[in-house]
This record gives sequence, structure tokens and C-alpha cells, in this order.
Amino acid sequence: MTEAEFLLWVRGPAFNAALFIMLAGIVVRFVEILFLGRKTNLAQARGSEVAGGFYTTWRRMIPDADSFIRSGFTIIAGYVFHIGLFVVIFLFVPHILVFERALGVSWGGLPSNIVDATTVVTIVALVAVLLHRIKDPVLRMLSNASDYLVWLVTILPLITGWMAFNRVGLSGPMLIGIHILSVELLMILFPFTKLSHAFTLFLARWYNGAIAGYKGVRS
Amino acid sequence: MKKDQTLGETLRRQGVSRRSFLKFCATTASLMALPPSMIPVIAATLEKARRPSVIWLSFQECTGCTESITRSSSASIEDLIFNAISLDYHHTLQAASGSAAEQARETAMQENHGKYILVVDGSIPAANNGYSTIAGISNFDMLKEAAEGAAAIVAVGSCSSFGGIPHANPNPTGAVSVSDLIKDKPIVNVPGCPPIPAVITGVLVQFLTFGLPDLDHLGRPKAFYGQSIHDRCYRRPFYDKGLFADTFDDEGARKGWCLYKLGCKGPTTYNACATEKWNDGTSFPIQSGHPCLGCSEPDFWDAGSFYRSLSTPTENIGKAAVYGIGAGLLAGAVVGSVQRARKQSAVKAHQRVTIDDLDKES
Amino acid sequence: MSGASFERGYNALKEQIDAPVAAFLSSCVHCGMCAEACLFFTETRDPKYTPIHKVAPLHKVWKQEYTFWGKLGKALGLSKPLTDQDLTDWETLVYDSCTMCGRCSMVCPVGNDIAYMIRKTREGMAAAGHAPEGLIGAARRSVTIGSPMGVKLPALQAQIRHMEKEFDIKIPVDVEGADYLCMLSSMEIMNFPEYIGSIARIFKQAGVSWTLSSEAFEATNSGIQIGVSDIAAVLVQRIVDAAEKLKVKAVISPECGHAYMAIRWEGPNLVGKQFGFKVVHILEVLDELRAEGKLKVRDKETQKLTYHDPCQIARRGGVLEQPRNLLNMVAENFVEMPGAGKMNWCCGAGGGVSSNERADELRLKTFARKKAQLDAINPDAVVSACSNCRIHLEEGLEEYHMDIPLLSLTETIAEHLIEK
Repeated sequence: MTEAEFLLWVRGPAFNAALFIMLAGIVVRFVEILFLGRKTNLAQARGSEVAGGFYTTWRRMIPDADSFIRSGFTIIAGYVFHIGLFVVIFLFVPHILVFERALGVSWGGLPSNIVDATTVVTIVALVAVLLHRIKDPVLRMLSNASDYLVWLVTILPLITGWMAFNRVGLSGPMLIGIHILSVELLMILFPFTKLSHAFTLFLARWYNGAIAGYKGVRS
Repeated sequence: MKKDQTLGETLRRQGVSRRSFLKFCATTASLMALPPSMIPVIAATLEKARRPSVIWLSFQECTGCTESITRSSSASIEDLIFNAISLDYHHTLQAASGSAAEQARETAMQENHGKYILVVDGSIPAANNGYSTIAGISNFDMLKEAAEGAAAIVAVGSCSSFGGIPHANPNPTGAVSVSDLIKDKPIVNVPGCPPIPAVITGVLVQFLTFGLPDLDHLGRPKAFYGQSIHDRCYRRPFYDKGLFADTFDDEGARKGWCLYKLGCKGPTTYNACATEKWNDGTSFPIQSGHPCLGCSEPDFWDAGSFYRSLSTPTENIGKAAVYGIGAGLLAGAVVGSVQRARKQSAVKAHQRVTIDDLDKES
Repeated sequence: MSGASFERGYNALKEQIDAPVAAFLSSCVHCGMCAEACLFFTETRDPKYTPIHKVAPLHKVWKQEYTFWGKLGKALGLSKPLTDQDLTDWETLVYDSCTMCGRCSMVCPVGNDIAYMIRKTREGMAAAGHAPEGLIGAARRSVTIGSPMGVKLPALQAQIRHMEKEFDIKIPVDVEGADYLCMLSSMEIMNFPEYIGSIARIFKQAGVSWTLSSEAFEATNSGIQIGVSDIAAVLVQRIVDAAEKLKVKAVISPECGHAYMAIRWEGPNLVGKQFGFKVVHILEVLDELRAEGKLKVRDKETQKLTYHDPCQIARRGGVLEQPRNLLNMVAENFVEMPGAGKMNWCCGAGGGVSSNERADELRLKTFARKKAQLDAINPDAVVSACSNCRIHLEEGLEEYHMDIPLLSLTETIAEHLIEK
């Protein structure tokens, strides 16, 4: 396969397949979760489940003061790479074009040089997070092969994207092609690893808030 | 034009000063990114160069490559250099025609057997030899015969280099490139649709001076095809900053912003357009406000639309998305139901736990 | 002969998994923040006490029974199924090192309610015969005798007589048509009987009609602590029967953490139907009386007091403001400890931990967390609303030679009543 054919393949059928698998997988996850159901609560409610659900869904983004002191690194590094990923994925014009193709809507992006700098910061944060995962006793105990695989497929698009923007290391078609391929790998693994948290956390936080809200507690 | 005259003698006869000649060598050296120390080498070699025989075969082509090479706006050095090779066969430029022309070709091939340069433009139809013939001879046969006695082959233009426009989907003639058919001769691809005039002559000069140039993985001389348009584009600062033209005539377009969103293939295209430019350095497509088509790359016609940006998928992903969600709902409902049933059977299998059921038998 | 078996335990785990559990387990990203919220980890720094790690058996069953790929992997032999040895290995994690305080559930960034999952994991552990001996004994005594500590009616009656004499007050028993049926915990009856006298005094002044029941006086629910809903239901049903028999409007849960959780929030779900009466915590009743102006108090406490939030009443129960309102009514110098309120640290003894002798050493270690909170404000006394918290904190304070008494909020209010 020539370089040009490879690029056309990743932009064509491979992307379609990855998108199909990712969306199908996420939906299956969701339905799997919901179909297990929840028993009706017969206790007398003190507060609202819905209000509780909404509350926790958003409020849980902000850690409490004690957690911030104890898990400061996890929180800060976590936010840096999450926000970094958001900026790089959604606020880079060549990426916005992809969303426009898929959804028909577009939005303004950030200057590409700022996104480029953000990419570097995000990569550094991810490396720091990996070192932390390897060194910290709790994380070492909790972590399995999947955690490390997920780290790899998350950082690869950032590294290959940076390379593509800065034109480093490979030919033009391969820079773009390898980057898109790395994104497709991430997409395919999304529903089947902890990456699914990006979607299921809304359910989890909702249930948490609903259960607490029923009792009149804001969690 | 006597065949035995050296190039140096020819130029002097034409009234080209030594100074002009050296200027030309300097320009060519710089174009090939060679150091100044090479200028005397180029000058000395060209000076002594005997006009080699060049046979130019035109197959399934539009004659654009010939138009390009002759598109010098004045009596330039290129012209003279060109005159300094013995162009023994060229459909458009030769005076002879018919059997006389074919005779000239065969004579040249015999007299210079093993030494002549074969230049080819246009693709060769492999689906049926009869699709393109010259004097009743199929392109395929003519190429094979001419290649056999050639010292080297220069495939000028994207058609002979990669198949070009005839090769585009659905390729009804089965068009193939020279390198698809000839495997036992050195081939230099000089693609472009058409290639830049100075690139064509530059390759010839390079070949005459130094022999076979360094070629990239697509057989293109690295001296002219080693850099992508993107890496030499004067609009690159706009790409780097994220300033793009959205349409051909919006504010961004008028300000000369990057044409990435309009489908520019600069990042994946290797050619000298951004530096050498066209019409003696006047401009090139991007400078004129049109995105690069990627014409020096294989299959640029089928590379996912000229006006679709490189980052976007080539196919309609909306369909894949809808199918994905639909498949997920279906599979999810099936899997979910099975799992729900599994849970319900566990609930049914529940045995009441009493205080007598808390200890394990020791 | 016993019916406990691994199969019953495994089946129980399968039954317990619902949509919230699936959402939680799908979302965990192994960030480890739950560890730093759990006093069993923070005071030992042993990674095995990481809360999400404690529910690994539940996780395994979810994965292998309720996810397509997990089930496939198990069928193809690519993953190991849950074994009885796993449950053995997890006993100390599920019981000794967790009070179901729910602090981890407040902190998890993806929103996992880990305490919810611990409660469910205990169902499997217990049915498989892996509950701690102490809890099994408590459960047995609860069902057969009526109290986990083995307190029988005569013992209660003795304490009642004691209180009636001390405060010259009548304590109603089995009064049909009373507004409130009061429950008691064995811990209170045996160790803090003043609670009975206190509510009697307060209700007399406020003109509240109330009663005890001779047939169902125990609030503590060992079924919840051991994690067997079937047993918990039996214990709740006794209260329901008594409440219905006496035709009361509401049942009052006493100063005991898990008792409140058991009757208020789990109760109707355990017995399978809504109650025909309300369930309130004593603090809720007292606060209502305060708001209605029915509590006449004098001479506020001048010593520096702080309040320890019992987890099942506050964070997991929803009674947060009431104790503060009440304390401000009777105390001049009420100071909150750092982290007070819904994020307060567990005392370390609830959820069956204090009934589990095997966990004694660990439980005492966790006291260091509460000590750190107290050291920050140096109170003269600590007020709380759970007898189990009080007993354990007293033990810890003694261990560290800290002369800080533990007070009951109800008793403190009673002490300041203007009585006729």
C-alpha cells in the first residue's frame, strides 16, 4: 500500500469503521447499564432525585477542599490533561472541520499555535500522570494492563498530532495518516475500556446525586 | 545544429556570454540546493557536454508537459539548453511528420543505442493496446522498443510518472505509468500536471551534469521534490496561527490566509511550486488564491476531492454514525435483555438467608 | 448444618447488581481519590484499604455476568471466575475496614457511590458464609433475643424504672394512639440509659405524646451491618408490627447511626411496602419542637463544644442542620471541627466494625483521624447523636489520654430544660 493509499484508507473506510464501532459500543454500554434497572424506592422521600441528580452531575466537577489537599496532584494533573484534550480536540480548526462534516455544525477555534502549545502541556501532564500511576502505592495496586493501554492510546494522538502540525519525523501523507490512525485506535477502544467513563460518568454522577437527593443530601 | 558540437560551443555561437552562462549554472545550482562550489563543476560539465540524443515519446497525454517546457517567456537560457540537446523525436516540436518522423526516430535509436535519453509524457493504456497508437504502433510496443536502447528514461508529467488523469477512476483505458511497465532501466519521474518548466530542464541539467539524481520513494528527484508545498508555502504563518479562508472570496481569502479549509493539498504534496513558482517565478496556485491540487502526487484526482480538507473524512460519516447508533441500540437491546433476564433468574433463585445460614460448615 | 454456600453468595451478588452499580463500575478510572477520603487508608497508608478495591468481588461478577465482553471472556476461559478464596481474602476489606460511612462516595470524581456497593457486596459475602463472627453472633441474638447485645425486656424495664425514679417522670409503654413510637438502641439501654430519661423530660415539657413498645424496642439492625436484607427485614418488620399495632403517627429512630439508615431509608424497601407511618430521627423531632418554640431552655453551656456528625444520620441520612440548630440553642461556645457537616470524618466504628473483634486494632488506629480534627480546635467536650460513635470515641480519647467527654445531644438539651 502506498502512502497516498494509506492516507485515503484512514480517511475513508477505516474512519467509518472506527466511528461505527465507537458509537455502537457506547450505545451498547449505555443500554446494558440501563436495562439492569433500579428498584423503586418505597421510603418516603425527603428531597428530589432529579434535583439531586443534576446537582451532583455538575458539582462533582469541583473537588472538596480536603480532597484537593490530599489528592492535589491527581486533581491538577487530571484537569490539565482533560482540559488540554478538550482544547486540542474541539478547538483546533482542522478538527472542527471533522465535526462539521459529521454534525453539520461548526464553531470557532483557537489560534493553532496556542493549540500546539496546549498539546505540549497535555503531553507533559500525561507523562506526569503515568509516572504518578507507577510510583504511587494506591495507583500501583489499582492499575492493570488496561490502564496502561488506555494511557498509550490517549497520548499517541497527541504525539502524532504534534508531529503532524510541526512536520516532524515522517512524510506529509504519513504524518497525517498515522495521526488519524492513532485516533481511530482510540475511538475503537473507547467503549471497551475505562475511557467509557467520558459518557457513563454522567449516569454514575446522576445516580449518586439521585440517591443522596432522595435523602435530602447534596452529594 | 550539428550533433557533435559541445554545448559550450553552441552557446558561444548563439552569442551567450560566459557571464550569462555562469549565471545560469549558479541559478541551477541554487535550485538544486547545491553549494556555490558546485557552480564551476556544473559549468565545466555543461561546457563539455555533447548534445545527447533525446527521444521524446508522447502517449496518452494532453501535451501540457510540452507546453510547459516550451513556456519560456523570453529567449531564455532554458531554450538554448534545450537546443543543445539533440531532440531527435518530438511530436509537437519536430518539423517532420508521418513516416519521415518515424524514420528519424528509428535512426536515432539505432545510432545512439544504449546512450540516448528517453523522455516520455502521457500514460500507456494497458487495457487495450489499440487505445493509443502512433503510426499504427501501440504505445506499449513503442515504449518497450525505445526503452530497450535507452540509457535512462525521464517520465515527464504525472501521466507517465503515475498514470495521471487517464488513470483516474474508473480508468477506462487501463492507463499505467512508465515504471509500471519498464523494470530494467533507471527511471526518473518528473511529475506535475504539468511540471514546472525549470524543473523539467533542471532535471535534465542535473542528469547531464551528475548522472542519475537522488530519487525519493516515488522515483522523483529529491532536489526538486524533496520539500512539500506546505513546508515552503509563504502562507504557512497563517496556517500556524489558524487563520483560514472559508470561501474563495471572503475576508480571509482576500487577506491571503491559508487555504487549508478549501482543500489545499500542500501538506501532502511534494514539488517546487512554492519556491520556484510558475511563469518565471510569477506565482503559483496558492498565491493566486486556489488550493494546491497535489498534482505531482499519484492519484491526485482520486485523493478525496480537491475542495475537501485533508483532516476530514472522505466518506459520508453521517451514515456510519447513524448505523452505529442503530446497531448499538439493537445489539444493546438484545444484550441488555439477556442480561436483565440473567439478573431476574438470579432474583428468582434467591434463597432466604436466616441466622442459620451465616456460618460455613467448618 | 448451615445453608451458607459460595453458590448462594455468588447468586446474591448477581441479584444485587443494578443500573447504578453498572454505571459506577463502568466509570471508575482508577484515580485513587477514594483512598484519600477513607480513614482506614489515611491512618494506615495501606493501599488495600482503597474503597473501590474493597468491592472487587462485586466488580468481577458485574464484569463476567453483565457485560458482553466480560461474559465472553469468562466463557472462553480468558478471565478467572470469582472463587470462594476471593471472598475469604476480601473479608477484612469488606467488613473490618469499612463502616459504609460514604465519604468515598462524596469524593469520587466520576460519581461512584462506593458505600452503596459495599452494602451490596456484603449480601454476597454473608450468604457465602464470609461474615465476621462478631456480626454473625449479633445477628443471631437480634433475631432470637431481640437485641444484638442480648438485652431483654426485663433489662429495659429496669432501666425504665431507674429513669422514672431519677427524674420523677412517667415513661409510657405500649400506649395505643400515641403520636410517636420511640425506638432505642441496646447501646443506649445498657450504657446511656439517660437517653430514655432525656426524651421523657423533653416530651413532657413539649407536650408530645409518645410511647415505647415492649414488643419492639430495638432500633439497632444487625441485618444491615452484616449485610443480609432478609434478616434486616425481619428486624424492621417487628418495628412495623409494633407501630401498626399501637397506631402511631411516626416512629422515632434514636441516637444510633445505622438504626436510622435501617428504618428510615432501607426499611420500606426491605419489607416491600411503604409504611403507613412516618419515620423521623430524634434530632428532627427536637428541631421541630425548637422551631415551634416548645423547648424552653436556660443557662447555656459555656464550655467549648463541638459536634461529631454520625455518618448514617448526617451524610447518608440527611440530618445535617438540625443538630446545629439545637446546639446553638443550648451552647454559647459551639465550634465546628474542620470538615464538619456532610464531609465529616467517620468515627471508625459504625457499620458493624465495633461488633467485630478482629477489627479492634484497626479501628483504634483510625481514631487518629478524629483526633486530628479535635486537636485543631481543642474542644472541652464533643457532642454527638450516636451511641456507637460515643463509645468508640471515648475509647480512643482514653487511649490518647485526652480528657474530653462525649456528650449526647439529646441529653444535653434535656439538661438545660426549664422544668416545672
